[in-house]
Amino acid sequence: MSQPKTLYQKVWDRHVVVPETAETPGVMYVDLHLVHEVTSPQAFSEIAARGLKVRRPDRTFATLDHSTPTLPAGPDGQLPYVTEQARKQVETLEVNCARHGIELAGWGSDQRGVVHVMGPELGLTQPGMTVVCGDSHTATHGAFGALAFGIGTSEVGHVLATQCLLQRRAKAMRVTINGRLRPGVSGKDMALAVIAAIGFGGGTGYVIEYAGEAVRALDMEGRMTLCNMSIEAGARAGMIAPDQTTIDWLRGRRHVPADYEAAAADWLALATDPGAVFDKEVALDGAAIRPMATWGTTPDAGAPVGAPVPQPRSASDQKAIDYMGFTAGEATTGHKVDVVFIGSCTNGRLPDLRAAADVLRGRKVQPGVRMLVVPGSEAVRRDAEAEGLDKVFTEAGAEWRIPGCSMCIAMNGDFVAPGQLAVSTSNRNFEGRQGKDARTILASPATAAASAVAGVLTDPRVYLEAPVLKQASAAREAVGAE
Amino acid sequence: MSEPFKTLTSKTLTLSQANIDTDQIIPARFLTTTSREGLGAQAFYDWRYEADGSPKPESVLNRIDPTEHRILLAGPNFACGSSREHAPWALLDYGFRAVISTEIADIFTSNALKNGFLPIVVDQAVWDDLAAHPEQPVTIDLEAGEIRRGNVPAVPFKVESFARQCLLDGVDALGWLQAKLPYVASYERLRQDTYQPETA
Repeated sequence: MSQPKTLYQKVWDRHVVVPETAETPGVMYVDLHLVHEVTSPQAFSEIAARGLKVRRPDRTFATLDHSTPTLPAGPDGQLPYVTEQARKQVETLEVNCARHGIELAGWGSDQRGVVHVMGPELGLTQPGMTVVCGDSHTATHGAFGALAFGIGTSEVGHVLATQCLLQRRAKAMRVTINGRLRPGVSGKDMALAVIAAIGFGGGTGYVIEYAGEAVRALDMEGRMTLCNMSIEAGARAGMIAPDQTTIDWLRGRRHVPADYEAAAADWLALATDPGAVFDKEVALDGAAIRPMATWGTTPDAGAPVGAPVPQPRSASDQKAIDYMGFTAGEATTGHKVDVVFIGSCTNGRLPDLRAAADVLRGRKVQPGVRMLVVPGSEAVRRDAEAEGLDKVFTEAGAEWRIPGCSMCIAMNGDFVAPGQLAVSTSNRNFEGRQGKDARTILASPATAAASAVAGVLTDPRVYLEAPVLKQASAAREAVGAE
Repeated sequence: MSEPFKTLTSKTLTLSQANIDTDQIIPARFLTTTSREGLGAQAFYDWRYEADGSPKPESVLNRIDPTEHRILLAGPNFACGSSREHAPWALLDYGFRAVISTEIADIFTSNALKNGFLPIVVDQAVWDDLAAHPEQPVTIDLEAGEIRRGNVPAVPFKVESFARQCLLDGVDALGWLQAKLPYVASYERLRQDTYQPETA
């Protein structure tokens, strides 16, 4: 009997081209390289300067998401880019993909989307793969039992040229969340609770495996949300063992293996063996998790909605509370909210939009609140519109946009104005992240939608009484019946 | 490719705040560039400039001479957040060549080392000692793997061995990786045939 192995080690072992030694890191093979316009231009320039080609364009897939406008082209047919430089950056990727034979889900493609929404949707992401992208939220793909992590632009160049990365094996942490989530509590709340428990840098040097009953009960979108935010605890990657939920979700998607049943059997064997040892174990009770919101300027500064802002433990805490305009000891639910943002690679998928729509249906966004809903991909947009979710949002007074990263990173012209307070379903509440001097509260789609209705940070469960839930599920069944 | 990094002697600049994320080091709105040059002008931009672009006089980053402060002494969990390599590009172009902290984010460490920028992790007592003597030059000796300040006993530090050698030689890792391409080719072949690849 061989040594019991973790999911992480099994995936790692399958991708070792040259083993690591004391002197040199291992050479790790990359199955899927996802590319977007922001972190790739200098990498393409670098390989061009060295006269190198893209080794495996068939394992490389590109999209446009970060610098792209979320408003459609105007009457003149021109897309409303924030700057000429943003337009040039997008065009640079278009040229690089054409030159190197890389498939690009560009403008006009019905597959375009935020890179971490698009990859799984197309079945590009599969269990047991290594997936990299010049983007720290690449851990999202770990929801499928892939080893997926963000890399810098130099490494983007390495992968383009060699399909490999130099890597040392990380330490392994298991986060076990037992119990069942309560109604109105989502994968996002779980992610914020985990990060609050581990700490912002608590995962540095680790790959996290999420396990336990509450994790198994999540749908794939909830699992993606959870893995997506692993980097917000500093972890290199987050992973969840493939199971029937994974296999059912991927079946029939465009890029999955032809012999799907054989692949699925192989994927199920990736699960961590009983008795495998982790360098660190953390446990949480899923039933104790409540809708979460952040009070500071780091993603680990999370607490249940309505809880008082904690007393600062450091000068950095005090600075964060001051930046947010809050006071220690007070609940943040009393502050007027200016902006609500629903979208991003964390929460821009169909169930996220449904959760927000379930709160908004038949209600109005509070006057004075700007609410922006940005689907994570063209596929999400199509599906949401087929269900009429776009109508729910626009009738409530929200803006319904075309897919992109939008206000999460605020580099495309969608931003929160200085001093304004936003409740966002994205992943970072750093100072200025959503715009210079913008103040960000991170929360789930349901909480964000509830806050839009109330005009202050609000626990969504007050709007999720039985009649509304029934109405929502009836509407969904009606669409399914057509 | 970058200049070899052997020793560096400089005064330090202390930014003691915890969790200085890469959005602080260079805000996302500057990432639409397709170049890696000239990003020092945007380093810590929102710390250094008002909304109208005028410099904030209270910002220490506007008061120092960057050529005299090549070593950043930063609070814990430095350069967390986004994977943008624009962060080390901006720090280097501003004038820094190394950062010392009690904790530095993984992706930044990897990015920095590929650009001739040295991230060093020390324990709190060493950090406190350096912070207490900001005007006294510190020598980072990569070859010896130690930090020296005046007559204080040298403090050892570790850098991943391969990255260290690349820094000392002023070479990058891509050339080394390219030399492994025959292994990559055989890995790809084995995998297709057996679906259960062995290491090369």
